[in-house]
Amino acid sequence: MLFTSYGFIAFLAVLFALYYLVPRRFQWLLLLAADVVFYACAGWQGLLFMAATITVSWASTNLMGANLRKQKSYLASPEGKALERDERRAFKKHNEKYRKRIFILALIIDLGILAALKYTNFIISNVNSVFGASVGAVDWVLPLGISFYTFQTVSYVIDVYWEKVEPERNILRVALFTSFFPLLIQGPISRFGDLKDTLFAEHKADFKQISFGFQRILWGYFKKLVIADRLLVAVTALCGDPSTYTGAYVFIGAVLYAAELYADFTGGIDITIGIAQVLGVKVQENFIRPYFSRSIAEYWRRWHISMGTWFKDYIFYPLSVAPWLLKLSKNARKKISDGFGRKLSVYVSTIVTWFLTGLWHGAAWNFVVWGLLNAFFILLAEEFKPVSHRFREKHGALVNGFCYRVFETLRTFLLMCSLRILDCYRDVAVSFRAFGSIFTELNWDEAFSGTLLQLGLSGTDYIVAGLGVIVMFAVSCVQEKRGSVRESLWEKPVLSYAVFFVLAVAVLTLGAYGVGYDASQFIYNQF
Amino acid sequence: MSKKRNKKLHITCIAAFFVLLCATVWLLGRITQPKYTSGVLEGAMTQEYYDEKYSHDVVFVGDCEVYENFSPVTMWEERGITSYIRGSAQQLIWQSYYLLEEVFERESPKVVVYNVQSMKYSEPQSEAYNRMTLDGMPLSKHKIDAINASMTEDEDMISYLIPFLRYHSRWSELTDDDFRYAFSHDNVTVAGYLMRADVKPMTKLPTAPVLEDYEIGERCWEYLDKMRELCDANGATLVLIKSPSLWPHWYEQWDGQISAYAEKYGLRYINLLNVSDEIGLDMQTDTYDGGLHLNIYGAEKLSKYFAGILSDELGVPDRSADKDIAADWQAKSEAYYALYNAQLAELKEYGYLKSWTLGEEK
Repeated sequence: MLFTSYGFIAFLAVLFALYYLVPRRFQWLLLLAADVVFYACAGWQGLLFMAATITVSWASTNLMGANLRKQKSYLASPEGKALERDERRAFKKHNEKYRKRIFILALIIDLGILAALKYTNFIISNVNSVFGASVGAVDWVLPLGISFYTFQTVSYVIDVYWEKVEPERNILRVALFTSFFPLLIQGPISRFGDLKDTLFAEHKADFKQISFGFQRILWGYFKKLVIADRLLVAVTALCGDPSTYTGAYVFIGAVLYAAELYADFTGGIDITIGIAQVLGVKVQENFIRPYFSRSIAEYWRRWHISMGTWFKDYIFYPLSVAPWLLKLSKNARKKISDGFGRKLSVYVSTIVTWFLTGLWHGAAWNFVVWGLLNAFFILLAEEFKPVSHRFREKHGALVNGFCYRVFETLRTFLLMCSLRILDCYRDVAVSFRAFGSIFTELNWDEAFSGTLLQLGLSGTDYIVAGLGVIVMFAVSCVQEKRGSVRESLWEKPVLSYAVFFVLAVAVLTLGAYGVGYDASQFIYNQF
Repeated sequence: MSKKRNKKLHITCIAAFFVLLCATVWLLGRITQPKYTSGVLEGAMTQEYYDEKYSHDVVFVGDCEVYENFSPVTMWEERGITSYIRGSAQQLIWQSYYLLEEVFERESPKVVVYNVQSMKYSEPQSEAYNRMTLDGMPLSKHKIDAINASMTEDEDMISYLIPFLRYHSRWSELTDDDFRYAFSHDNVTVAGYLMRADVKPMTKLPTAPVLEDYEIGERCWEYLDKMRELCDANGATLVLIKSPSLWPHWYEQWDGQISAYAEKYGLRYINLLNVSDEIGLDMQTDTYDGGLHLNIYGAEKLSKYFAGILSDELGVPDRSADKDIAADWQAKSEAYYALYNAQLAELKEYGYLKSWTLGEEK
């Protein structure tokens, strides 16, 4: 069920109505039922895999929780208190070992399902090309949102293992956390500790929150239908024919893709958060105006935040303090140089984290290279930090000036556009060739002599998309300076509803939907 | 502003938001819905039936082989028969059935004539043709049933009920006609007959392709059964015809199946292809597209012939003595000849019917 389908809108209408009609203690169960309906629409096979993930995470967290409780209660008992220090330590270690075994087993199963379903063909194709083998590809179902719900579940299992959250005893609640439908399409990848309080709570109809939720949903549809799905046509045409569209077209395609991806992904997240808000569930923000970033590191603190923090919390930090890496670092300090040794663990952790981030985006080399290039630029920026600091100290007035800020913002934007070319073409060699052609083929005149109007978009379409981008940009500027637009309009209801009336009419009139449009799925749905 | 007052204001605004939104969507729907005022006129035909003041003794249902081949005005002039053609482009049998349900709700025709050519389609075919037949129907159970029966895989009910959801993307191609005819329409037919006064002689017909399967689809029989039962229930005589268009090819195998059905249920089936000479059709002068459809000259010959059958064999009465009805048909005749003369003038000026070419030069 696509977020942009009439079926989904009808599904939401029924759910919203029922949600505030059923006794409040049943609200979360209604959500769970809605999840099942939503997920079953994408194929019942997916439900089986999700059920396996839910069962494993529920059983493992409860086994770990029970063991921890048992350990604590024994140690607090007179018998436990009577133990010698060594005996207490041995007892704890024994239990920790038990929990670790369960923890690892749970991770293997949860991530194993993801790896098997998503990466088997990638592995087969690489084995075939390296060893000249001819192993056939498998045709396995890839359950909807498997990357998102698996990461969400894994974070829960790790948090329980790290004793950051209490295990949930009710399997149905674990199921709701794993399958909460607005998050399944493209996240945000939420943490159990953040979500549980509002997800399982009883909600009175909060007029303001419901109103805000609908407004946010509408804003999401505007971005998705008016901008993203319109630009998609031109981007698909440009990227689909890399031998014809070279040079200026690659640059134009990359910039259009930046606008399309942003409108698509943030539009989807707006719909997600808006739905959750109508239901009274608080979901974390996933974007904070990333195109205003002045460095790549800042960009990744603002873009797909939940994914970034997931990799940081569960891969980067644990890896950078892993005993084997610290030992390696220590040896490097002794044998190579102090500076290198100190940086080694951060370097290795960054590279591994971005390698995995790339792989998470897709089982293909273009994503791996994209991840590694991100790591490269982040580390490069890190290396140049001292130089940058000196420059900033010396030219404070210049650096803090508007022009330099714009320069840094544009530089970051163009760098991210360049990296995203790997995502556009989905092929490493083609992407590098295309990127190179921007500098070698100066065909700007040709590009603006009418060719852009032959990509499936009319001049009017470009104007509509351009105006949409301007509106999006203006809203971002207001948000950056004054915070929530909806909040500032709340005290002026007439203006507020007039604005959203115009937005609704714009979506209905200018939106790329209905027969004649190939309703494109949200881009991040595929990950 | 107090919280309570603020909330009241919000609720008022929300109510106004939805009322205005619904009104805007309705208004924009009226404007963006295609008007079919030039080029493809067929989409404007369904709605014209609802303007009819008096009931009809004969109702034709079917596709282009009825609305281009029969002239109700000629049948009136010939035998005083009141008739109407409920047909549109590629009108499928289930669409004919639901249009007929609607007819019986509004009037009591004595004879229903169904052209069997569309029995060759047992599945929904095309969104564009569906729209041309269904958009003109007012909202009713018949319309909803017709939509349900007609939708192709990509279509959805909601966009039929709220046409703006379908036609919103026309905002950039609106013309003066879209605004002028947002709440009104000019008739493009006379009693459902779509006139063509130009001539394009038949030269050579293509060879009929060999089909994999000559069985008429189950779904068509199901709807033919329903049509027969509907006519029975309303005391109307159902007559099956095959119009004398030479193309698309009407296969013997299909003819045999229809004949067998007619025989089984005691229906009259007239394959007019077999009596072309008797009718006096000459495909050098009586067709405007090389034998697919008849022009006004062919339609008048066919209508005179068929009026005889309706009157002499099926007992359809002569209503010419009824003053009100006669006045209504007088107006129709005037419109008919005005249209004919306008087309003749157009042919004289341009050598072809310019108004039928979607604004493109021939």
